[in-house]
Amino acid sequence: MTPPLRPIAFVLNGARRTVRVHPLKRLLDVLREECGLTGTKEGCGEGECGACTVIVNGNAVNSCLVPVAQVAGAKVMTIEGLKGRHRLQRAFAEFGGAQCGICTPGMILAAVALGPRPTLEQVRTGLAGNICRCTGYEGIYRAIRKSEDRRQKTEDRSKTSHLRRPGSSLRLRSGQAAPGSPALSERGPAARVEGPKVPRRRG
Amino acid sequence: MRTAISPLALRQPRSLRDALRMLRDEGPLTPLAGCTDVYVGLNFGTLRDQQFLNIWGLDDLRGIDVSTDLLRIGALTTYTEIIRSPQVRRRLPMLVAASREIGAVQIQNRGTLGGNIANGSPAGDTLPVLAATEALVELRSIDWTRKVPFVDFYTGYRASVRRPDELITAVEFPRVEGAQWFRKVGTRAAQSISKVVVAGVRSEHPRIAFGSVAPTVVRVRRTEDALASGATLAEAQRILQEEISPIDDMRSTASYRRHVAANLLAQFWTEG
Repeated sequence: MTPPLRPIAFVLNGARRTVRVHPLKRLLDVLREECGLTGTKEGCGEGECGACTVIVNGNAVNSCLVPVAQVAGAKVMTIEGLKGRHRLQRAFAEFGGAQCGICTPGMILAAVALGPRPTLEQVRTGLAGNICRCTGYEGIYRAIRKSEDRRQKTEDRSKTSHLRRPGSSLRLRSGQAAPGSPALSERGPAARVEGPKVPRRRG
Repeated sequence: MRTAISPLALRQPRSLRDALRMLRDEGPLTPLAGCTDVYVGLNFGTLRDQQFLNIWGLDDLRGIDVSTDLLRIGALTTYTEIIRSPQVRRRLPMLVAASREIGAVQIQNRGTLGGNIANGSPAGDTLPVLAATEALVELRSIDWTRKVPFVDFYTGYRASVRRPDELITAVEFPRVEGAQWFRKVGTRAAQSISKVVVAGVRSEHPRIAFGSVAPTVVRVRRTEDALASGATLAEAQRILQEEISPIDDMRSTASYRRHVAANLLAQFWTEG
């Protein structure tokens, strides 16, 4: 006497997604099986290791402990949502933040959830629920710091680039955005490396 | 082995009233809040319950309200919400301290105060705070609302006065007079389950509660009385040993827990 499965809809990496599965199925399994997104890993299955970390409505959660019914209507972001282009992904690869790779998707999403300008203490606390057996964590902390340094440099450069182009406003024609306005900032270099995150408005 | 989910059923109430009606008419149902305990049980096949009630969407049960005499925290309020609340930081810093030491960020984003109470683990980290502050647990059924002193809530190991048709809806904390003190002793700062956990209020008559040293969290009243009446620390530590009954388990040993409990009492009394 299994009741008919009702559709469960949520926003997955920016796109609407509807699944027909048992409402108590783990979000982790729905992501990997129904949605085919295998970047989210299962480690311990008890919320200790963080390998299955995804971001739900802006909060990092362990997807092994979330029944899919509880993300109905929510925004879910997995590692695939970063499209391989996020500055943290590049930094993890470049600065020894990833070795065997099992913890990496969860580790990067936990780092994304920290928001901009985390202190080392905030990084340590924010990543305390993500266990890595390869790196000793120092490579991970280094990658996050380097990534943050780059983000700030890019931000500074895009700020000053407007100042260095005094003539730019003269080239404006009607319908074009003024330098530093949201419309232009969204196309700026900082916005591109942010991946799917909504660019912060500047200027 | 993981529990097969096909025989399990989930009811999805649209309102608190709906949920309470289901608890009365279709129970017994196991409420699902942040699932940080229930799903560990399901993932390891140790949970027998088959009928669940999804209360995660009942926003009436979220939120923190402060009046002059009372701090009221909705049962579905997460640890993260508690940690971020300026009111809780000001009024009940030891609850913030306890919340910070539960799991890590991922668990704090999902785990709830009501869930910590309902789960009823003797190691629940917020529970000594509730016991030491004489908090009240609000229980609601479709027909009534009652408030139970937290110290009377548990009747034994993972057993409580909550009836199957009742839902934990909020916790009320009276104003706490005196310095608050919280310590958790585990294997590491994040993710570990307590070997011993203690909350204390340092005032003329101190109030102290220990977790992980008995089948339920214990308020050590005779130890408190001894300290209040000017007994020596050694005497209070001796009485404490009579009030706790720790066991050997995978996390620690009874004798280690006794030793640590005595040391924590000393630390509380000298620096609390």
